[in-house]
Amino acid sequence: MDVLQLFVSGLANGCVYGLVALGFVLIYKATEAVNFAQGDFMMLGAFICLGLTNAEFLGLPFWVSVPIAVVVMGAFGYAIDMTIIRRMFGQSQIAVVILTIALGFVLRFLAGVIWGHEPVALQSPIAGRDVSFGGLVLGLDEVFVVVTTVVLTVALYFYFNRTRLGVAMQAASQNQLAAYYMGIPVRRVNSLVWALAGAVAAVAGILFASKGSIDPSIGLLGIKAFAAAVIGGFGSLPGALVGGIIVGLIEPFASYYIAAGYSQVMPYLLLFLILVFRPHGIVAQVHRKKV
Amino acid sequence: MRTVFKTSYDADINLFRHSAQAGWYGLLFVVAAALPFLLDTFWLGEFTNVLIWAIAGMGLMVLVGQTGQASLGHAAFLAVGCYANVLLQERLGLPFILSFPLAGLVAGLAGVLVAIPTTRLHGIYLAIATLAVSILTDDLIVIAEPLTNGVVGLFAPTIEIFGVEFDRYATPARFYWLVFAVAVLIVLVYRNILRSPLGRSFAAVRDSEVSAQAMGVHVARTKAVAFGISTAITGLAGALMGHFAGIFNNETFNIIISIQLLLMIVIGGLGSIHGAFFGAMVVALLPQAIAISRDLVGEVLGVGSVAIPGLETALFGAILILFILFEPMGIYGRWIKIRTYFQLFPFYRRDMFRRQKSYLKTERMR
Repeated sequence: MDVLQLFVSGLANGCVYGLVALGFVLIYKATEAVNFAQGDFMMLGAFICLGLTNAEFLGLPFWVSVPIAVVVMGAFGYAIDMTIIRRMFGQSQIAVVILTIALGFVLRFLAGVIWGHEPVALQSPIAGRDVSFGGLVLGLDEVFVVVTTVVLTVALYFYFNRTRLGVAMQAASQNQLAAYYMGIPVRRVNSLVWALAGAVAAVAGILFASKGSIDPSIGLLGIKAFAAAVIGGFGSLPGALVGGIIVGLIEPFASYYIAAGYSQVMPYLLLFLILVFRPHGIVAQVHRKKV
Repeated sequence: MRTVFKTSYDADINLFRHSAQAGWYGLLFVVAAALPFLLDTFWLGEFTNVLIWAIAGMGLMVLVGQTGQASLGHAAFLAVGCYANVLLQERLGLPFILSFPLAGLVAGLAGVLVAIPTTRLHGIYLAIATLAVSILTDDLIVIAEPLTNGVVGLFAPTIEIFGVEFDRYATPARFYWLVFAVAVLIVLVYRNILRSPLGRSFAAVRDSEVSAQAMGVHVARTKAVAFGISTAITGLAGALMGHFAGIFNNETFNIIISIQLLLMIVIGGLGSIHGAFFGAMVVALLPQAIAISRDLVGEVLGVGSVAIPGLETALFGAILILFILFEPMGIYGRWIKIRTYFQLFPFYRRDMFRRQKSYLKTERMR
């Protein structure tokens, strides 16, 4: 039973990592930019929801503030692309990486100024309740995280395969020039991808916040999610989720079976091994550049 | 503007383009060497810090600016150099004069070890792999507690070379001169690498791996050598940083330092020694600038000292965003533009330094 509970809590963590990793991959696939601030987007989403929900701030009902936070973060992602990232078009990837790292610094500071640097808990109706499945007692928050991730994944799958905009996004990510010739407004589509990544980050942030308290430095979790994205295969949406879940599971089991100090090392060790032996991840989708 | 007539083949690789340039750098050398007589102890310490950061920046510049391989993990090699230096002195009883170059060697070997598996990776993947190395090093220092003393950290002893003591607090001027000598030495090494075939192959790999390969450059080996040189210089900077800080632990060289190092050379200007120094000035002096302006603002508004936690990194990030958007070539690039403006005086055109190509540089093929 112990192992099973370990498994579920690891799975719940893994889902959050997976969702943040999904944001990385969405942006990378569409624009070949790597958004190192994705973790800070998640942090911002969590804090916006917290600011709307908690009694000491606005005190709105939880289920009202969730969609507001998601929409606000979507608009934020769109604005970031429109004002900053679009100017970087044609510059090297590393320039964008450095830019987004710097953006993350600024966002962390802003969140610290607005909401303080002390850990605060989101007053959600999910936290601190248990559900039992035939003798197995699980936290409602963990179940909620896993279920939401599954629902979101299925929704995104249908979005990318069934809707016009989703297909346009896929086209723009596969070949920008061809997509442009087909009449797809590539720039706006790219901004919409950033908006989508912002919204997904907000969901991840709210899920993370419902599992425990948050402070502005949780954005650094983005690095772990980044490792997850690479383990799963950068450029593959299912890969990102798989990678996230692997990282989420490997942590509790490493601290359970080896020693507590090793649990944080394992994801990066795995990342390093993956990069050395299978550089494009478990679900490889990237091909080598030709001249 | 001065026109240089090249009358020998050496003119292309001379250290200085013409005698006036040599004169200016000579003046800079004299002023920098005389700083202990011009500044008080506090500011001398700050400038020592600038020089140490500049050495670390030059180390990373070899890799990022010259060879085009982005590393987000150079704090790991700062740590390797720092720990190797102090451990060689304390455990094996080696004098500083031996432990210091050995620390650079150890860091360089560590860099080559990391480079061998990772040089197959391109661009962003390499950055991620080095990021992982940085985080792993942080944790490994804690795990290897018997050797590194874990989170408690180690003390750096006072440096003694042939009976002369170099201490950050007791003899700040001597410590500054020691760091300055190392910095000058590294600059000379760096310049000499650049004008050797090795430096040319670095540039070839940076500009296009495929064409470098076609011209007979062994890409993987060149990258590994670049990694080794880069991490060796960074290791030396780490050793000095340890002596400057006095006490250090795993947190002294965390991932934020890695990122800051990369951001620093971007602000300074990629691909030039000047860039490393300009960037180091921004990183090392920004906290002081903030402190001074904070006191000024407090005095003007009459509210006392205003303290906002995290302002330093945020301001650093904001400066960086502005630089990348408006001056991707960094402080040194801006300086070159200003200089060109005056050299050409009424003939400078706005688009002179404009990037010609503007398209998505794709890393993938479908």
